[in-house]
Amino acid sequence: MMQGITKSYDGTQALRKVDFSAGSGEVHAIVGENGAGKSTLVKILTGAVQADTGQILLNGKPREIGSPLIGQRLGIRMVHQHVSLVPHLTVTENILLGDMPKRKLKWWINWPEAHCRAQKILEEIGFRGINVRKVVSRLSASQQQMVEIAKAVAVKPQVLIMDEPSAVLSQEELKRLFALIRDLKKKSVLILYISHRLDEVFEIADRVTVLKDGILMGTVRPQEIDKGSLIKMMIGRTLDEIFPHRPVRAGAEILTLKDLSLKGSFENISFSVAQGEIVGLYGLIGSGRTEVARCIFGADQPTSGDIRLNGRVVRPKSPHDALKAGIAMLTEDRIRDGLVLFLSIRDNVSLANFQLMSRLSILNRRRQNSLVRSKVQELRIRPPEIDRLVQTLSGGNQQKVVLAKWLLAQAKLLILDEPTRGVDVATKQEIYNIIKDLADSGMGILLISSEMPEILGMSDRALVMREGRLAGEFLRHEATEQNLLACAAGVIEKSRGE
Amino acid sequence: MSTDISTTKEKGGRAYFSYLQKRWFPGGAAHGRWVDYAFIGAFVVAIGIGTLATEVFFTEANIKNLSRQIVSNGLISLGMLIVILTGGIDLSVGSIVALGGVLSAGMSDKVGIGPAILIALFFGAVAGLVNGVVVARFKLQPFIVTLATMGIVRGFVFVYTETPLVSKHPDFRILGASSVGPLPVTMIIMLVCFALIWFFLNRTPTGRATVAIGGNKEAVWLAGINVQRTIILAYVLSGLFSALAGTILVSRLGIAQPSLGIAYELDAIAACVIGGAILGGGGGGAIGTFCRALTLGMINNLLNLHGVQSYYQEIIKGAVILLAVLARRKER
Repeated sequence: MMQGITKSYDGTQALRKVDFSAGSGEVHAIVGENGAGKSTLVKILTGAVQADTGQILLNGKPREIGSPLIGQRLGIRMVHQHVSLVPHLTVTENILLGDMPKRKLKWWINWPEAHCRAQKILEEIGFRGINVRKVVSRLSASQQQMVEIAKAVAVKPQVLIMDEPSAVLSQEELKRLFALIRDLKKKSVLILYISHRLDEVFEIADRVTVLKDGILMGTVRPQEIDKGSLIKMMIGRTLDEIFPHRPVRAGAEILTLKDLSLKGSFENISFSVAQGEIVGLYGLIGSGRTEVARCIFGADQPTSGDIRLNGRVVRPKSPHDALKAGIAMLTEDRIRDGLVLFLSIRDNVSLANFQLMSRLSILNRRRQNSLVRSKVQELRIRPPEIDRLVQTLSGGNQQKVVLAKWLLAQAKLLILDEPTRGVDVATKQEIYNIIKDLADSGMGILLISSEMPEILGMSDRALVMREGRLAGEFLRHEATEQNLLACAAGVIEKSRGE
Repeated sequence: MSTDISTTKEKGGRAYFSYLQKRWFPGGAAHGRWVDYAFIGAFVVAIGIGTLATEVFFTEANIKNLSRQIVSNGLISLGMLIVILTGGIDLSVGSIVALGGVLSAGMSDKVGIGPAILIALFFGAVAGLVNGVVVARFKLQPFIVTLATMGIVRGFVFVYTETPLVSKHPDFRILGASSVGPLPVTMIIMLVCFALIWFFLNRTPTGRATVAIGGNKEAVWLAGINVQRTIILAYVLSGLFSALAGTILVSRLGIAQPSLGIAYELDAIAACVIGGAILGGGGGGAIGTFCRALTLGMINNLLNLHGVQSYYQEIIKGAVILLAVLARRKER
């Protein structure tokens, strides 16, 4: 379908002579590390980007896809990783955008029919429980993602591209998504599925295409390959063990929460994090884990309860206060909350650390450069140019920039909210090693994640939240996938040592 | 993908070009856009045309005159730039110019020139403080807030005086009239202000935070920076520079009209925007704004020298702004 596709940006080759084909009624996964060229490949297909050389054949006919509009006319639709909805319009308008039903007078929208039609589309694809009259910005992240999917499916595309559709979905929602994909398959839609989660790929894909550094490594059937070999294809080496081994060496308690509550989000949360300890916090989307973290970090104000840091009660009114008290937090969404995209690596790393690198409110350039450079080297950020604008970096490297910012802050307690979301396997491993080193150096770490292996592999103790309450606490040897899942889903409850 | 192709590997002219970019715009304020440099070309061409077209252009008198004309818009643009960098806009600058003007003229009879100027600057900063506090603390849209204060400040100016004020102080026009060598004192003041703000934006934590806020306020706040205070400071600086511009303007004209400075915000926004600043935040720099304020002033001056009617001047100025913005439109 795509032949000899080459594309380079500013002298950097993103794709080198990639041949790729897929048939209708197929679920075709595209995997590879960040920056392997997956996004570029599908962008060329949608028409958002034009290839330098090569051609695209649709149903045997060569096609020029010069713009996304042409791509859409040819029946190619894409579900974006970062939701592309209009936040202040209703669900209905977002789904039917550009195709709202009119009354006899052309400029008069037939609202009842519009809502009805949008409702029907959502129901057809199995997404219930979304009020189509609601404004999109008031939906949860996972609901927004489902609206995004509905919008793409509504036009009955021939080719549907999904870029990390599962990142914000819960297990339950993921099941519904897979049901939808199987249904579309029957209607002979071609689905291109991009994901970092290999479990999903193995579950849903008929074939898998692996890209590495812009080169096609091969196309395989999931039945014919195991996870280890697939990872090897992606990163060029095997990953015997992604997670570093380390003995539990917890010291004195750094953070203690006592009956912390935030009305409407969570209530009576009590737990502690000790020096050198990694505490995992697991929970489904909407269980309130991020909200707890935001309260500790001063980004939100709890309605009641105590936060103690080294035994003293603190009440950070803003992230500024929290940082001064020694709490740092890597937020979940690096694009929205973590980075200033049009600024350089240096500026982004410096943002939380101006005090370290200035005197009398004037920046000491030399000190700033050397501090930033040392972190760039330590975390192996590529390319290692501190003047490089963050928007030109790949996702994994962007995440490392955010991490560098918080490492420099030398906090006593580091909260990591989904530190490896949308990051490739190799970078993940690097990040895990960094987390381990930090804990070994005595930092207390609260690791929030919705990736089960991450919680199991990294944490000394795992906490599980469900519907705003702490539903379970597991020591390392007690924590298993079944236990944690059952707890998060409300099947069992467990407190420490039970 | 292997992104380790560094700029040093690029060949010849382009490498030097990149080097200059990094050297001059270290904060990434302007990067790799030919239009950023095209304007310097336009500047040179304008000088060339000026010299060829009329003998008056390169006389000392005209150069002085030109630089004085540039000063007020230059200063207002500078304040506006800081506000635009935070993702805001300040429509009240024209009214604050008038406030600064009438206060410095009106007060100089009573308390002397120095104190009068300080009073003018103080009230300019206060007006900015009001803007900043309302915008930052109550999280209202800067456009609406400064539209309101634009009216309020203008009202105060007319309450203070309905008729044009002429200072009876003998030395009142010294500030606007004196010069050091070929450079008017006011021009030197403006150059110093630009240098200070360039330093502020590039070499101080608060300055870097100012630039970053326009890109991602949430991220900057979560990085533990006092965003409110930084935004307030931006509006205070804008008020301060506007009042300074008013003081200088009145000293040059010798008369303080209460209607002074109407629609000045448009020229200031124009200078910022064609200077590379992005409305809503997301980049811009002191150097760019300075160059454009200079070029705009020169176009004005040339048109004046050629006796072009002011209405036509407006048309030409508008067209230049459109062209400039079109040229730097981001290709998708």
